[in-house]
Amino acid sequence: MARRGGYRPEGLVVIGEAETEAAAAPDEGAADGGAAPGAGDGAGDGAGATVARGTGWGWREWGRWGWRQLTSMRVALLLLMLLAIAAVPGAVLPQRLQDAAGVAQYFTDHPSLAPWLDRFSLFDVYTSPWFAAIYLLLFISLVGCIVPRAFEHARVLRQPPPRAPRRFTRFPAHTAFASGLPLDDAVAQARRGLRGYRLREESVGSGDARVVSISGERGYLREVGNIVFHLALVGLLVSMAYGSLVHYRGQVIIVEGETFANSRLAYDSFDTGAWFDEDSLGDFRLRLDSFHAVFLPNGQADDFRADVAVIDADGAERPASIKVNEPLRVGGASVYLMGNGYAPKIQVHDAAGKLAFSATVPFIPTSNTSYVSHGVVKVADTSTGTQIGLNGWFLPAAQIIDDGAFADSTAPTPDDPALLLEVWSGDLGLDLGVPQNVYQLDTSRMTQSVREIDDGAGSTTTAPVRVEVRPGETVDLPDGLGTVTFESLPRFVGLDLRYDPTLGWVLGFALAAIVGLTGSLFLPRRRVFVRLGLDPRGRTVGTAAALARGDDPGLARELQRVTGWARTAPRTAATDTASTAATTAATADEESS
Amino acid sequence: MTGQLSLYFVTFALTAYLISAVSFAIDLTRRAPVRPTRARSLVGVGAGGADEAAAGGSLGRDAGIDVVVDAADAGSTSDPVPGAVSRRAAGIGMSTFLAGTALLLAGVVTRGIAAGRVPWANMYEFTLMSVLVASVVFLAIQRRTDVRYLGTFLAGLAVLFLFLALTVLYLDPASVQPALQNYWLVIHVSIATSAVGLSTVGAVTSALQLVKDRYESRGTQPRAAWGRRIVASLPAPESLERLAYRINAVAFVMWTFTLVSGAIWAEHAWGRFWGWDAKEVWTFVTWVIYAAYLHARATRGWEGRRAAWFSVAGFLSIIVNYWIINQFANSLHGYSGLG
Repeated sequence: MARRGGYRPEGLVVIGEAETEAAAAPDEGAADGGAAPGAGDGAGDGAGATVARGTGWGWREWGRWGWRQLTSMRVALLLLMLLAIAAVPGAVLPQRLQDAAGVAQYFTDHPSLAPWLDRFSLFDVYTSPWFAAIYLLLFISLVGCIVPRAFEHARVLRQPPPRAPRRFTRFPAHTAFASGLPLDDAVAQARRGLRGYRLREESVGSGDARVVSISGERGYLREVGNIVFHLALVGLLVSMAYGSLVHYRGQVIIVEGETFANSRLAYDSFDTGAWFDEDSLGDFRLRLDSFHAVFLPNGQADDFRADVAVIDADGAERPASIKVNEPLRVGGASVYLMGNGYAPKIQVHDAAGKLAFSATVPFIPTSNTSYVSHGVVKVADTSTGTQIGLNGWFLPAAQIIDDGAFADSTAPTPDDPALLLEVWSGDLGLDLGVPQNVYQLDTSRMTQSVREIDDGAGSTTTAPVRVEVRPGETVDLPDGLGTVTFESLPRFVGLDLRYDPTLGWVLGFALAAIVGLTGSLFLPRRRVFVRLGLDPRGRTVGTAAALARGDDPGLARELQRVTGWARTAPRTAATDTASTAATTAATADEESS
Repeated sequence: MTGQLSLYFVTFALTAYLISAVSFAIDLTRRAPVRPTRARSLVGVGAGGADEAAAGGSLGRDAGIDVVVDAADAGSTSDPVPGAVSRRAAGIGMSTFLAGTALLLAGVVTRGIAAGRVPWANMYEFTLMSVLVASVVFLAIQRRTDVRYLGTFLAGLAVLFLFLALTVLYLDPASVQPALQNYWLVIHVSIATSAVGLSTVGAVTSALQLVKDRYESRGTQPRAAWGRRIVASLPAPESLERLAYRINAVAFVMWTFTLVSGAIWAEHAWGRFWGWDAKEVWTFVTWVIYAAYLHARATRGWEGRRAAWFSVAGFLSIIVNYWIINQFANSLHGYSGLG
């Protein structure tokens, strides 16, 4: 009966389609069948499946058949199931975008299996072609289904409700009643009872044989909600796709007192979408004035706040703060506080006593509760020509045993800060033209300073020298390499800058989806029919029936409400005959017309 | 101090639910007389035919009823043999269930006071909240229509989850890390835990629907007498289906809201609204399963029994998300607080 499959998450009873048949088909069985839930079409998705696959189909027939299949509810359901299943591997296996280290570990742990999994994009599930194929097909199916439905609903909205079918007894809720009012007053009362409904009134016969049928329909917003929900999902997908094409995202570390200018080169890491435009980089600078961290006694973080100054292109400054849940919106971008730590200011003098290095060095925390942090100092410009590499740890509340053989931090706060550095000398490899990680020391061309340890049994072993430096101290480096000074202890913050102009759209579509969904599930779509006439004794009698789309627990109550103006007829043979007579009269008239 | 008090409340709630589950089970296995004819009479008779007979019958008999409603659409999930057997056990089950829920509520409230924040920030607390919501949903439905046949299963699940919460998940009350200190914790997590509670009730109803449907459609009966009694005590599969749908429809809206509010919060806290984090993926999977459930109900050949499987699958996906992803996956949502 329905020509197209329907995204009809709620309903077993089809109103839209039933109406055309109830109005068009004079045959009683068809009219009742179209309206009654038992015999009504559940989904209307049978059309595609029941098309006879005759011989001699051309591409046009196949195309049409394929399109019907794709837009059928059954295929949509299948694609939904596939989507659910396809998303699972990404939650089980490590994914490159989220956890690159985890993927590398998986390759080490399962050397024979991992390449095969990789061949099927199982480490990049959500960017894989097969995952995209599933959701794109699903969305094509959705559009192919919902757009015709939207037009259909627009058509329904311009039309009055369908004519009342002949028999009411097969409706899910029906009633019969009698009234002391004259027929015309009863009709007026019935119309009043159906306030809020869109009405159609038809009258057949004349004089005592006149029968008035009123059809009322309400809840058109239910289907509107359904359409809005599905279109909002399309909007969501489109805005997310567009956002990923034009976005940029960069990470940067800023030490207290330093200024960051929003340009591509200033970022530590930077990635963009394919349609990224340099102009979308807002022209602003950020200066980190101070960073505040509050920790609980057990070392758990309680609050982080970065106080910054935003400096516009014209030099105007305004203060702002960035917190963990409160990004800063500036220059079209959002700035998130993603990490923090200590960046000791370190000076190195070379063997000749000349200042070879002076900078703040961010040490990256390896623990969220102790802030034991790792960092690297690369001293390239020594007057002696021997480059120096310092590789070590920063300990905010240092606990150092056995000349640095064991070290830990007892708190994340700088209660007793210390640097513990291993010393390398030789060639840092900076001139090889290979990009280097600033947080790692390439020791392939360097030698480590070691010391000899008497193990107490007469022989000696060697261990790396670990230089311990406290704030304000200057300590000699081993092997006469020079000195290292721990000048001061500013903090650093790790910021994420993100530009995605579609954020507002994404939010808008998501909220529209929620509103539409709620409407499509909980707004009742109801149709009420009332038929009024006179019984042989001249009394006004009536029958009424109600029909709902989908599950509607309040339907019977609603029928009671809209017929509340009439006194319920005692179900005697007389009234039964009366309403039957009225119905029969209507039937006879309809057939003759 | 209040933390200890909360622990007592939860433990007593567990005990009350245990008594409730046993009482409801006694009621379920005792109450309905075994009527083999009922199941057989439905076999081979189309639902439409049965409904028509019922509707016609009530038209003739109950002159006092104003509006006649088809049996299939009545929304009634009541006892097939009202008043036939004493329901004292069910009464005990209900009152202990109520007591358990009240105790659990007290436990949750005191927990919140002890921690100085909303009491849903780690898995122990999520579990308490979900059980509480499921219980309240059950009690709310029971006010409208008799669903005491659900009691033993829901009380049983409450016992299981509270036991796991107390033994495996328990943490002393404490404040939470900066990323969680946000009003979104109040909104996002409370909706998510409520959705879990609703989905639990929905899935139990769907599972019972599948059991009832299985025996009705095959025309067979469980071998054990108690099994026959349980199956006979259950309302028609159509009634169970409708009840499950109403619960799941609300749950689906809540899941949608969970996803959206989670995305908003993630944008604030992590700088992206969607990042395919393990927890996000499973919530997405759950959402898609419930979407499939709603579509299946409207697809010919998938309504009824097949749709019910989606409801059950949705719940299983929640369980996976909750008990496996939370504990083992490398996820930003790893807030179980368990080392």
